[in-house]
Amino acid sequence: MNETTSTKKKEPIEESQVAPGHRACAGCGELLAARLVMNAAGKNVIATCATGCLEVVSSAYPQSAWKMPWIHSLFENPTAVASGVEAALKALGRENEANIIAQGGDGSTADIGIGCLSGMLERGHNVLYVCYDNEAYMNTGVQRSGLTPFEASTTTAPSGKISWGKTTDKKPMPEIAAAHGIPYVATASVGYYADLQKKVKKALTIKGPKYIQIHCPCPLGWIHDPALTIKVAQVAVQTGLIPIFEMENGVITSVRKIVKKRPVEDYLKLQGRFRHLLKKSGGEDEVKRIQAIADQNIEKYHLI
Amino acid sequence: MKKVIEGSMAVALAVKACRPHVISAYPITPQTHIVENLSQMVADGELKSEFVNVESEFSAASVILGASATGARAYSTTTAQGLLLMTEVLFNIAGLRLPVSLTCANRAISAPINIWCDHQDAMTVRDSGWIQLYAEDCQEAADMQLQAFKIGENPEIMLPVMVNMDGFILTHAFEPIELLDQKMADEYLPPYKPEIFLTTKNPVTFGILAEPQYYAESRYRLEEAIKASKPVIEEAASEFKRIFGRYSGGLVDKYKLDGAKTALVGMGSVVGTMREVVDEMNSHGQKSGLLKIRTYRPFPKEAIYDALKDVDNIIVMEKAISLGLGGILLNELKSIFQGKKKQPRISGFIIGLGGRDIPTQSIINAVKKVESETIEDEFIDLRTELIGAGK
Repeated sequence: MNETTSTKKKEPIEESQVAPGHRACAGCGELLAARLVMNAAGKNVIATCATGCLEVVSSAYPQSAWKMPWIHSLFENPTAVASGVEAALKALGRENEANIIAQGGDGSTADIGIGCLSGMLERGHNVLYVCYDNEAYMNTGVQRSGLTPFEASTTTAPSGKISWGKTTDKKPMPEIAAAHGIPYVATASVGYYADLQKKVKKALTIKGPKYIQIHCPCPLGWIHDPALTIKVAQVAVQTGLIPIFEMENGVITSVRKIVKKRPVEDYLKLQGRFRHLLKKSGGEDEVKRIQAIADQNIEKYHLI
Repeated sequence: MKKVIEGSMAVALAVKACRPHVISAYPITPQTHIVENLSQMVADGELKSEFVNVESEFSAASVILGASATGARAYSTTTAQGLLLMTEVLFNIAGLRLPVSLTCANRAISAPINIWCDHQDAMTVRDSGWIQLYAEDCQEAADMQLQAFKIGENPEIMLPVMVNMDGFILTHAFEPIELLDQKMADEYLPPYKPEIFLTTKNPVTFGILAEPQYYAESRYRLEEAIKASKPVIEEAASEFKRIFGRYSGGLVDKYKLDGAKTALVGMGSVVGTMREVVDEMNSHGQKSGLLKIRTYRPFPKEAIYDALKDVDNIIVMEKAISLGLGGILLNELKSIFQGKKKQPRISGFIIGLGGRDIPTQSIINAVKKVESETIEDEFIDLRTELIGAGK
């Protein structure tokens, strides 16, 4: 699987752990991230998956894109199901059979499934949790989640005559995960997939609960050109809005430095969900508030 | 050998005899003694199970789901609010055809909050695809636990099974219990060997999306499976009797119904009280019998009809209500006689909600009331001073 970390070579389709032919939209960041995660993890994986885009586009009977043993139960519980898988493997003496990867979107992770996630982290199960963060409930039509960023327009927190969109910023899920005292927390972006895959591989060498949150653009929900998924993801990181870091045992051990800081407008103008900020009068002040969030991140995580 | 132990301990020992690989539960009264006993057995090394202490019943059900899908025998126990919090997972477990087992210490549903016994919890999830068994006493609750895995793990069935025992009335009752011998238990319940489970050796996808062209067939197969469990439930009880000498299961239990004119129908511990009433009625020359419904889902329509087809008067006593309809068991029972030649008079009473005691006299009074008229959905022993005059 060395080729997957190369930026030039394409992985042969037959070796991909997530088969092509699934129903994801063109330019889907989440499916790309899932494929990168699973290919980095290799063959010995049992995966659980929350309800959401990832599940819907990949497992419509009688087809499945998943080459590993995979289970979808409900929206809230990929973590609790994974806890059961792990307990069963232990009880059956099959502990060494597979790495367990639990997957959910941002809504499952930060909202409806946070209780189950917290339980799994607190209990210390040997499971890697991957949050595919596309910043809204995309499967149901772009509704606000706890990981929707400040003043993005969604269908349930839209911009309007007296609204700029979501009134709060992203829930600090990586910090919440780390606060459980787990050994490994990382953020990643589909814009930087060698880094993403390196983190997955590293996480799987660590025993205990691991949490990786991957920023995944959604052309449909963010309203951008599907050809620009990677660029959008990269620009998000280059503004400081999406800090990329690792936390080991609660301490930040690495950050992806921003080589050339970009103003947040560079990121906002690529996407329709922020269009109101650039068009409506008074929007300049709101953009300044978003710039302040990026600047705070840069300071907090020492991104420059 | 019989030993006087608490109902919860009887169940915990029965669960232990089943050798579950994974147990997951969240504490809730009156189920707590069961999980405490099991936890202690694990802590003492007497029970080799992975015990997963979860943060909610929703997770408990999800953990046993994941464990069962991985090929493990998995168990949980809960009650009332906990069972309702599990509801979404309960349906999912049945749809995934995972033969887990759960003890429900039956308890009333909030509001108002009430920790005492009735059957509203389990009866509310009657359509989830779980097989539901109801125990009359602690011995039955324990014995049914072994039968539960036997039934559910049958390759033709592959369904979850809920053993219901009345909260406090049974969970906290001390009764002489015939303890389950481990060798006999092992003979009765061989190791769980599912055909399909999560393993890298044979990767499968569980929990698929079924679009309109596939969904109905999946539900049809589920309905066929739960219906097909009726003879399997009877066989599991017969096999149990062969090994342990007690039947302790099956679909229904008939008591003095031969030649009876009046039949009482009930589930759970109240059946004991009803049996006393039947004895008393017979001693006064009133030909009466009793039908205990042990298996509530699948609903044993044929067995019930067969048992009651000759009586004139049926009286259903139940500890739950479908608000806006009335007695659930009453209405289901009435449906059995739809289109039949002989139409018995079928009356129903709501009894013992939220742990209200059910004295023998209350049942006798109810029976007297329906000698001349049909009564539906009357609450027994209502305190008129609390609900206003004129009621």
